[in-house]
Amino acid sequence: MADFRILNAADSALIVEFGSKIDRKISERILALAAAVEKARLPGVTEVLPTFRSLSVNYDPLVTTGRELEHRITGFVSDSGKVSGSRRLWDVPACYDPEFAPDIEAVARAAELTPAEVVTLHSETQYHVYMVGFVAGFPYMGDLPAKLRLPRRADPRTRVPPGSVAIATSMAAVYPYESPGGWHLIGTTPIRLFDPDSERGALLRPGDGVKFRPVSKSEFAKIRKAVEQRNYTPASKEIAV
Amino acid sequence: MSALLKVVAPGFFTTVQDSGRRGYLHAGVPVSGALDRDGFMLANALVGNDLNAANLEMIGSGPEFEVMASSVRIALVGGNGTIEIAGREEAIRCDRSVRLTKGEIFRARLSSDSFCSYLAVEGGFDIPLCLGSRSTYTRAPGFGGFSGRQLRAGDILEGPNEEAAARTEVMLNAPRKPRFDQPIRVVLGPQDDYFTKEAVQQFLSATYKITPASDRIGFRLEGPLLEHSGDYNLVSDGIVTGSIQVPGSKLPIILLSDAQTTGGYPKIATVISADLPTVGIRRAGREVRFQRVSRDEAEQIRRAEHAELMSMIEAIRPLDGLQGLNLEALYGQNLVDGVIDGANY
Repeated sequence: MADFRILNAADSALIVEFGSKIDRKISERILALAAAVEKARLPGVTEVLPTFRSLSVNYDPLVTTGRELEHRITGFVSDSGKVSGSRRLWDVPACYDPEFAPDIEAVARAAELTPAEVVTLHSETQYHVYMVGFVAGFPYMGDLPAKLRLPRRADPRTRVPPGSVAIATSMAAVYPYESPGGWHLIGTTPIRLFDPDSERGALLRPGDGVKFRPVSKSEFAKIRKAVEQRNYTPASKEIAV
Repeated sequence: MSALLKVVAPGFFTTVQDSGRRGYLHAGVPVSGALDRDGFMLANALVGNDLNAANLEMIGSGPEFEVMASSVRIALVGGNGTIEIAGREEAIRCDRSVRLTKGEIFRARLSSDSFCSYLAVEGGFDIPLCLGSRSTYTRAPGFGGFSGRQLRAGDILEGPNEEAAARTEVMLNAPRKPRFDQPIRVVLGPQDDYFTKEAVQQFLSATYKITPASDRIGFRLEGPLLEHSGDYNLVSDGIVTGSIQVPGSKLPIILLSDAQTTGGYPKIATVISADLPTVGIRRAGREVRFQRVSRDEAEQIRRAEHAELMSMIEAIRPLDGLQGLNLEALYGQNLVDGVIDGANY
């Protein structure tokens, strides 16, 4: 029996579902299928969208049919693992000074840690980008160390400042620009996660890795200035899959 | 590049749109694009543009412009709207082209019968591509289109053509048939199994009403509540234009062009692509019903709908002498009644 399901979003997309929870193994299968579908350049496939539980394969019903794609995708799933997309590990500077981290003391108290321990735990973990959504460029990253897992704030903020480094449940994220939000803010990055004037759009893609690098207030100011002058590219390297 | 039009008054919500932004869903970037794909394309066709050329989508009340170029050719598509030109006695009806000259001031008088309308200019507008599209996404951070926002008074829209050569104007052979009295066709799922059987039956048999809390992100519906069979929070998956999600309120929301790319509420059904244009032009207060079709049927219906649109475009013909008659009244009457007989034209 197949351990995946192909669901329909009418004649706009097939939803290839691998599970119903946040799970790194599920994510890897979704990413492998995404890479296989992209590589095959099937006529009529307009784009693919990896999420926590599924891969959306969007198509143009004037060019192809769901039936044809279902057949092709079923073949790709059994071959999954043979293709991998281009994935990068990003070095993301973050300032955890209380001035840039309005919730770090409350998080430390709730987790029975010192703020310095929160910084160490958060910045020593290498995160996996499961998906990008909610707003453009917002990465859902996991998994947070068990000690840092807290429910969302009871009182969501209507305005979260851009670049806020945030945590909630098992996830870490960065708010790319000012938006409402209910996660705990434990730092700020000076880099931009979403730039509509760049071809890449969002810095992070599903499957990418992220490691936060603690920086001082003065280094934060220096990087922010370079970012504003479009003179800063965060370091990254290829991840071998 | 030449200045074509200056915005005298922006209207309620006027944005530059094209057929949408593809290829950035993985980055969380909404598709955007025209709510009414057919109206958008017909407006372009009437002025001889590429069918996907960026034009203006107008919602609520229409904008007013001053012609800056030596001449421009424009066309309005949307219900039974008209173009009112200062100093000219008769308004120009929609679904035809018209040439205006420098200094003329005109207002798009939008149809009370259509949520959105389109205004195209011959040669198109000069709008830079942003992430592969000229569509405007006005929510934060705001990008694409004209400076990532709706038009404001004083904005100047530029285009490649400094003039529009005089020629016979053209018109649609017959007005569109919006079929407001027909149900919106859907394919169940992807998460119809998150609802009770009764809720799915209810969804397919009940009449819902579009509420005023509706915009380019989605149309909120009021009507019978739809019971989830269990938890209504799910681990997020992808959204498409036309996804019908049901959050904790138990009331359905039809997600449209500017919707988020992913979401954590179950989607009971998805509007078929052929019916998206007729959803996009429905105004608050209109009643909607849903009818189930299969995915294969949805694809067939789309191909037929596309063929129909292409034949409407092929049938565009020189403006006939009827314009002096009271065609507008006749035209509007038929649209409002929803009884259209192409033979009358």
